[in-house]
Amino acid sequence: MSALLVEIDKDQFQAEVLEAEGYVLVDYFSDGCVPCKALMPDVEELAAKYEGKVAFRKFNTSSARRLAISQKILGLPTITLYKGGQKVEEVTKDDATRENIDAMIAKHVG
Amino acid sequence: MENVYDLAIIGSGPAGLAAALYGARAKMKTLMIEGQKVGGQIVITHEVANYPGSVREATGPSLIERMEEQANEFGAEKVMDKIVDVDFDGKIKVIKGEKAEYKAKSVIIATGAAPRLAGCPGEQELTGKGVSYCATCDADFFQDMEVFVVGGGDTAVEEAMYLAKFARKVTIVHRRDELRAAKSIQEKAFKNPKLDFMWNSAVEEIKGDGIVESAVFKNLVTGETTEYFANEEDGTFGIFVFIGYIPKSDIFKGKITLDDAGYIITDDNMKTNVEGVFAAGDIRVKSLRQVVTACADGAIAATQAEKYVEANFEE
Repeated sequence: MSALLVEIDKDQFQAEVLEAEGYVLVDYFSDGCVPCKALMPDVEELAAKYEGKVAFRKFNTSSARRLAISQKILGLPTITLYKGGQKVEEVTKDDATRENIDAMIAKHVG
Repeated sequence: MENVYDLAIIGSGPAGLAAALYGARAKMKTLMIEGQKVGGQIVITHEVANYPGSVREATGPSLIERMEEQANEFGAEKVMDKIVDVDFDGKIKVIKGEKAEYKAKSVIIATGAAPRLAGCPGEQELTGKGVSYCATCDADFFQDMEVFVVGGGDTAVEEAMYLAKFARKVTIVHRRDELRAAKSIQEKAFKNPKLDFMWNSAVEEIKGDGIVESAVFKNLVTGETTEYFANEEDGTFGIFVFIGYIPKSDIFKGKITLDDAGYIITDDNMKTNVEGVFAAGDIRVKSLRQVVTACADGAIAATQAEKYVEANFEE
């Protein structure tokens, strides 16, 4: 199942997210972030639910701080939905729950 | 037959985990209901130096992980759900979650507390965008940047020192002219060359378009306000707020006796005013809210729950 939530690094970010067509969801996490770890199984399940409609990617900000900040990511966990490389919506911190992520995707993707 | 637990525990921090361990070990059919904050407050704490027996490198997450393992080994069941309502009127207590309804002969409330917000304009909008309540989550974004820590207690000062391992400079913003943190912590803090102090001050407003760009601080003695702007090259800075906690007791209002601040009132045996319902950990009226006291509460509550079930329900 986790195969659907693909980890990308900073060299892949441009192609996989910013230049990607269609919807891409990015799960921003870091090594030390326990809430991120707790949330990830839910994101993996959502990746299965939206397979074929949204590409799910996870991105470790620990070694890519500049890139994260360029995306205005300064707190974790943050789950961001992109379309055609543009941020559509995101949920962060306490709002980053399975229900809210599901609702955010459903709202845009249907 | 209906699935009725001997003991249901609401919450999965140290108090809930200790209760699950003691309950399951006493051969009670035990359910622990985890909220969204698995492990409670302590998982966002970097260093746990004052829990007896925890080694120097012990972190909140590692401690919780071992506690969970232990509770699982004894057979405590676990479910993740958000509790929306409870019915404690009957002999069988009913706990209503978003996903399911749970029934139990006894209940331990260990819902804990959540960080108190600074309560200034911009804070909520910029949470996760420079404003944070979790140093272990967000510290590494602020490598070589400036960070402000609001608060002056143990947590504020300890987390400030943790942040100083990453940040260029950490300024503690405190309402009074001296810290409330334990003396041993203060001594370390005053020796830390990266720590600076802004006394008698509070944060008035946090501003920024998408990320924190400036913050207004007010001197509470002179009334003077100053706005701090992010270094141009950094583009942003961090504001970490550690000014205490608020109890997560909203769903128990009117059902369990609370004090004025919203904490649950119990006796020495963790009993609330409702038979068969106990409370443990930070949610309770008490003088010291730490992992060690939470665990003790959990153990006492589970032992008392066992006695209660034994006395009030026939096999």
